[in-house]
Parts: sequence; C-alpha cells; structure tokens
Amino acid sequence: MIRFTNVHMQYPGGIDALKNINMHIEQGAMAFVTGRSGAGKSTLLRLIALIERHTRGQIIVNGQNLERVRRNRVALFRRNIGFMFQDHRLLNDRTVFDNVALPLVIAGHDHQEVKKRVQAALDKVGLLSKQKSVPVTLSAGEQQRVGIARAVVHRPALLLADEPTGNLDPALSWEIMCLFEQFNQVGVTILIASHDLEMIKRMRKRIITLREGRTLTHVSDHHGKK
Amino acid sequence: MKPKQTQTAEYGRKKSFRSLFEIWLLQHLQAIIFSLGQLCRNPIASFLTASVIGISLALPAGFFIILENTRLITAGWEGSVEITAFLKMDVDDDAAREFAKKLSGQSDIAKVDLITREQALEEYRQLSGYTHALDALDENPLPSLLLIKPALGEFSEKTAEELLNKLQAVPEIENAQYDQQWVKRLNAIIGIVQRIVLILAVFLGIAVLIIIGNTIRMLIYHRRSEIEVAKLFGATDGFIQRPFLYSGFWYGLFGGVIAWALITISLLLLQAPADSLAQLYTSNFKLIGLTIKEAFLLIFSGILLGLIGSWISVQRHLRAIEPA
Repeated sequence: MIRFTNVHMQYPGGIDALKNINMHIEQGAMAFVTGRSGAGKSTLLRLIALIERHTRGQIIVNGQNLERVRRNRVALFRRNIGFMFQDHRLLNDRTVFDNVALPLVIAGHDHQEVKKRVQAALDKVGLLSKQKSVPVTLSAGEQQRVGIARAVVHRPALLLADEPTGNLDPALSWEIMCLFEQFNQVGVTILIASHDLEMIKRMRKRIITLREGRTLTHVSDHHGKK
Repeated sequence: MKPKQTQTAEYGRKKSFRSLFEIWLLQHLQAIIFSLGQLCRNPIASFLTASVIGISLALPAGFFIILENTRLITAGWEGSVEITAFLKMDVDDDAAREFAKKLSGQSDIAKVDLITREQALEEYRQLSGYTHALDALDENPLPSLLLIKPALGEFSEKTAEELLNKLQAVPEIENAQYDQQWVKRLNAIIGIVQRIVLILAVFLGIAVLIIIGNTIRMLIYHRRSEIEVAKLFGATDGFIQRPFLYSGFWYGLFGGVIAWALITISLLLLQAPADSLAQLYTSNFKLIGLTIKEAFLLIFSGILLGLIGSWISVQRHLRAIEPA
C-alpha cells in the first residue's frame, strides 16, 4: 500500500526532514510512526498525502508513483485517503452531520447517499445522536470521534492520522485506538503518527521509529514481529 | 493489491458521462444555494456591498439616460432646422414660384415655402411699423425668400450641410444660410458629455471589480480553514472556487437590480417636473427611462463584473491556500 524507497525530504532552506527512508506498509496493515517532536513523523504523513513533495527517492501509494501525480490530479488522489489531526480541524460553523458529510459532498454523492453514509459513520463512532450538534459543544473525545467519522465516511483505502490522541487522556486515547482497530479489521490500511509510545506498544502493531529523519529499523522490526 | 490499484487509478473516471454531468449539476446547485445562504447570513453587510455596486452602476447608467433624453430633445430641434434661401433681386415672383416648385421635387428637400417679394414687404410693413418709410421707396427692396426644410435622414447634420452647399451653387439663389454653428456646437457638447460618461463608466466598472474582488478576498480568508480541509479531502480547485464565483454572481446581480431600482426611482421623481417643463414649451416631450433591453443589459453588466471580479480574486488568493 505504501512503499518508500530511499526517500529524502529537504525543506527549502536546507533542513533535512527525512533522510533515506525505506519502508513498506502492506495493504490492510495498521502501523504507527513514532519518534520525538521534529523527528519527521508529520512530514512522513504529509508526503504520503501529497501535501508536500519529497525531494529524492520514490514513494508509491496505492499503486501510484507520487512523482507522477500531477498537481491537477492531487485532488482525485486524496479522495482515496482519510485524514485525522490532533486539532481535529472540524468546521465550527457547521453541524456534526455537515462536517462528516464534507468528503462525500466533495466527491459529489447525492443527498440520500450522503445521509445514509454519514449516519452509518456516526453510528460506528457512537455519535449518531449528536449529528445536529455543533462541534464546539462536544467534548474533546467526541470531537476526535467526529474526526474519525469524517476520515472514514468516504471509505478510503488508507487512513492517515497525525497525533490523533495528542489532546486526550489515556482512557479516551485507548477508546480512539480501539476504533481505529475496528476500521482496520474491515480492511482500511491505517498509519498513525504518535509519540505516545506506551499506548502504541500495547496495541501490538508495527512501529516505525524515526530519529532525526531516519528510520530505526531494528526497533520497528522488533515490535513488528511481536 | 492489483484490483485495488486499477480501481484507484480509475477513480472518478469510471463513472458514466451522465452521472458525471449530474454530479456537476448537483455541485453547481449546491454552490449557488450555499453562496446565497452566505449572503443571507450577513444581510446588512451584503446589502451594503450590493448597494455600493448598485450606485457605481447607476451613475453611468443614469448619465446615459440623461444623454438619451437630451438627444431626443435636440433631435426634435434639428428636425426644425430650415434653410433660408434669398433669391436674387432680378428673379420675379412668377419665376420664384416656378423655382420653388422645381426645388420641392428634389429628394433631399422635404418642403419649400415661398415668401414672394410682395408678401415679404407686407409682412415687414406690419411688423416693423416703418410704413411711411417704406412708402417713400419707389421699389420693393426685399428679395423673394424660400424657406426650405431639408429631408433629414439618420445623419441629419451632414445632409443639411450638403444641401446648403448645393443650394448656394444654384444661380437663382443669392445666399442660403441656416444656424449651422448652433447645431454644431450643441452636437460637439453632446459628444464630449458622451465621452465623459464612457470614461466614468469605465472607472466605475473598475471600482465595481475592486469592490467585488475585495469582498471575495475577505470571504476566502474568512473560510481559510474550511478550504484547507476541503482540499485535504480531495476537493478540486473548481469545487472550491465555485461558491466564491457564485458569491460574485449574486453581488453583481443584486448590485444591478439596485442600480435599476435607483434609476427607476430617480426617473419617477423627475417625471413631474419634466412634464411641466415640456408643457411650458408646448412640447410633447416625455422623459424616457430604461427599455427592458437596457434594464437587462444593466443587470447583466452587474453580473459580468461580479463574475470577473470574483474570478480575479479567486485566482489570486485561492491557489495560495494549501493544507498545512
């Protein structure tokens, strides 16, 4: 699903964010990217989502070589990816329903289809009763769950989450992780950036550790085989 | 992995043409309604913006109407332009009658009135009061006079002038003249005013573009985070710019309607005084307003300026916003 070959990422100004990254995440896998702040976790996800372009090497996502995805095809490429953020990035002038509906509206689904899928997604994260609420009236955990619903409502092949539990207490974090696992079990490939090493160890999934822009292969292999 | 690959590569392409068209239509409808909703959410601000646009459109359109009315009045005046041709003294009344008849047969002459030497003398006698002085003369000092009304076509000024030149070359005519200078000056003034209205229209058109462009720019920055999220979830540039373009459309439309309303109200206010003035001149002059075609043209130019203004703004500001 995701294959990095000798990937370098240098930001303008000569800062090397990622150096010589090689990794492969299989279709249907669930993996974590960890490391200290500034180790390159976010950059890695941003490269996969084509928010940023890598400067050297090759990235293949879902069979597509990212170098060959032209600017005007980026939008279509992203429709097969779901996103989640630490700061949830929900739109506060819209209801929960409208927030979750956004990826479907972008893809041009008709109203009935949108309604059906949004309600199904909200049901899965346990927030169907809050569909008419505005995000600010929800708790932090609920907001994050709305974020998950939005990230999966269009049934993407790949889900990218950048510190999805960064603002949550351990119990809520665990709840969110279990939700991710459920989606993974129905076939969504999931890549989560997190610095919460204790929690992700408990998940018993593959862990890719970044340090100063490089992968620590041994650590990730060790956890992956567990 | 293989089947998934092709599915992804064909994403959005595998849909039939019909359903693609339906999506396109649906998204346009959504953008139209959404942008209208945005306008209605801030009714006062939207109304103020539309009013500024309306006034900017109404000014040149109003001047245009004033010009049209002026032209209508002066067209009436030009129609009454007559050429006065004094015949030579040796042309007697019978010959003058013959000559007048000959002239009235010409295609560029609408009507010829003959004032014979006798009639002229009689008239002069009555009007001037110099009865005795005239009696003292043994010969009538006045020439025969032809009042010639040119057949005026589209470009009346030119035809009248051509006719005048022709008449002056006729041997029987001593001198032919009409108040050429006056009509020429008036037309020159109208020409200048016309040019001023044109320049004003261009300036105010640019002003409308700037107003709409700036309004859209603020809308874009106000919804920056929304644009970022939408781009992240695969929104195309077209999808993102559509509501902003429709906002420009709405501003232009409402601005045009307000301009039309302002002009209509102004004309209603002017109607009564214009009527009483016309009555004093015993003229059947009626103040003309915008025809339906012109009203549509006004509203259409509002919409066009709205779309262009928002398009420029969108091109400049929307591309710069990328998800971070």
